[in-house]
Amino acid sequence: MTEILGIPIQALLGQLLLGLVNGSFYAMLSLGLAIIFGLLNIINFAHGALYMMGAYAAWLSLTYFNVGYWPSLILAPVVIGAFGMLIERGFLQWLYKLDHLYGLLLTFGIALMLEGTFRYFFGVSGQPYPVPEQLSGATNLGFMILPNYRAWVVAASLTVCVATWFVIERTRLGAYLRAATENPKLVQAFGINVPLMVTLTYGFGAALAAFSGVLAAPIIQVNPLMGSNLIVIVFAVVVIGGMGSILGSIATGLGLGVIEGLTKVFYPEASSTVIFVIMVIVLLVRPAGLFGREK
Amino acid sequence: MTRTRIGFLVALALLLAAPYFVYPVLVMKVLCFALFACAFNLLLGFTGLLSFGHAAFFGMAAYVTGYAMTRLSLTPEVGLALGVLAAAALGGVFGGLAIRRQGIYFAMITLALAQMVYFFCLQAPFTGGEDGLQGVPRGALFGLLDLRDDKVIYYVVVAIFVAGFSVIYRTIHSPFGQVLKAIRENEPRALSLGYDVNRYKLLAFVLSASLAGLAGATKTLMLGFATLTDVHWATSGEVVLMTLVGGVGTVLGPIVGAIGIVVLQNELADKVGPWVTVIMGAIFVVNVLAFRRGIVGEIAARLRKQPPRSIPEPPVLAPASDATVTPETPGSAL
Repeated sequence: MTEILGIPIQALLGQLLLGLVNGSFYAMLSLGLAIIFGLLNIINFAHGALYMMGAYAAWLSLTYFNVGYWPSLILAPVVIGAFGMLIERGFLQWLYKLDHLYGLLLTFGIALMLEGTFRYFFGVSGQPYPVPEQLSGATNLGFMILPNYRAWVVAASLTVCVATWFVIERTRLGAYLRAATENPKLVQAFGINVPLMVTLTYGFGAALAAFSGVLAAPIIQVNPLMGSNLIVIVFAVVVIGGMGSILGSIATGLGLGVIEGLTKVFYPEASSTVIFVIMVIVLLVRPAGLFGREK
Repeated sequence: MTRTRIGFLVALALLLAAPYFVYPVLVMKVLCFALFACAFNLLLGFTGLLSFGHAAFFGMAAYVTGYAMTRLSLTPEVGLALGVLAAAALGGVFGGLAIRRQGIYFAMITLALAQMVYFFCLQAPFTGGEDGLQGVPRGALFGLLDLRDDKVIYYVVVAIFVAGFSVIYRTIHSPFGQVLKAIRENEPRALSLGYDVNRYKLLAFVLSASLAGLAGATKTLMLGFATLTDVHWATSGEVVLMTLVGGVGTVLGPIVGAIGIVVLQNELADKVGPWVTVIMGAIFVVNVLAFRRGIVGEIAARLRKQPPRSIPEPPVLAPASDATVTPETPGSAL
């Protein structure tokens, strides 16, 4: 029972967990993209940059202000969320009547600006961020050694994803949001402040990205390019899952993370491309995406 | 002789005289990127498809040409042809997949596929990994023209550019090009008129990819190297920017944009370092917010506002599907 297909079970489970960790990031980011796209009709290319900024917010507050991991987990999303709202008010709000592609181009420009600025100040080398004390070390589960921090990342992001799902699908606020996604004019006519809702939605998406960034900081080196490396994969995840359902986004993200992790075990050469290959297959078999609705 | 023709002849004369006044390598670089941007504009400006993965064709052709000439010791014309063929084949695959979705999904799919090509080039043995292919010999074109001579290669690059541009110009003004514009303006209507929209889109995609490949292959030939930068998404972004700055859907816009961006990068690269990226991003933002028609588009619009002065054929302006009124599908998400 220590090997499956010639792979030590320890390594297999380890990669599986790593896959789940990556999958949680895919899930949170594609969820943010889907919510923003739903209301704003904009594909937020700056999402990766916001994720990167979240990680830097945590690193900066630790390095310069000695603010630890736990406060950062709340503060960074708040700050980056507010920053996101500024982006929406300052730039995006002028594009809603135009073709969706302009939103993509504008946010691409914003992503370049943010990334370039951080590269100027911090270079391209990664900055280490320590794992918080409470979560350092690992637990022996008998069949595998579970690094506490990774388990925490999966648990925390799943909680956030499910909470988001609950708010959107089961609360009054979520009902307004869903209604505004279907027909903003009508919802506005009912006296709901749709522009404010749009701003808050973008802010929430940005906060979600920043939250992922803080979670990622202790696992990967904090560096200015971490966002753009991730965002292209997340785009593929979005194409695979379609932006039709929240639970769909979460499941697709996690599932693809796991598949990627397993590929690392069985055929490491393909691990960087496996998600794109799956995207190709999905496009051939089910062009609308797994959970998408064809328009 | 029409005004357009005189304009083109003047431009050609300037181009032929340029190496006596300007650093020829810079002009050649501009020409490669101008061809690249024109090829891209054929897709975005005249078919309404935003590909965010055009670097894949540019870079793949650059690698194939470099490999053919370095490792296989083939002649430049064979190297160029192989590069273009590779880009065309890749374009066929990408196009076939990407046209299954529309709008922003199309952009995301092309970006993802191009990223796959990037990872492939990073790992594949023939690309030289992080180092890329260096020291590609220029050789002699058709065994006659010694390309090691800077003047000779300059005129060869000019010839390639003029040929590529003519293909694009002819395509835009052909019945085929008219159908592409119809698809851009209103796809359902083009479909209902009996045009096989997907076939037209695919053809346009392959044509655009091949010409982007020609630009990439020529770049390798003249600079003597192909690197990962050529296939990186940042290069895809650059070509989008060039087209946007010059004017999406205008014939000359991408050329103007390429001149602007390449010269700007050339001037700034040593002076401001990473700020170049920030400046490019800022140009994107300003362009989308305030200047969507681009330089050429803006000028053409100004000219048209004045009383009739018989301008032969004003370039098409409507950028992307600015004017299309697609009925919004409710609930695209959530």
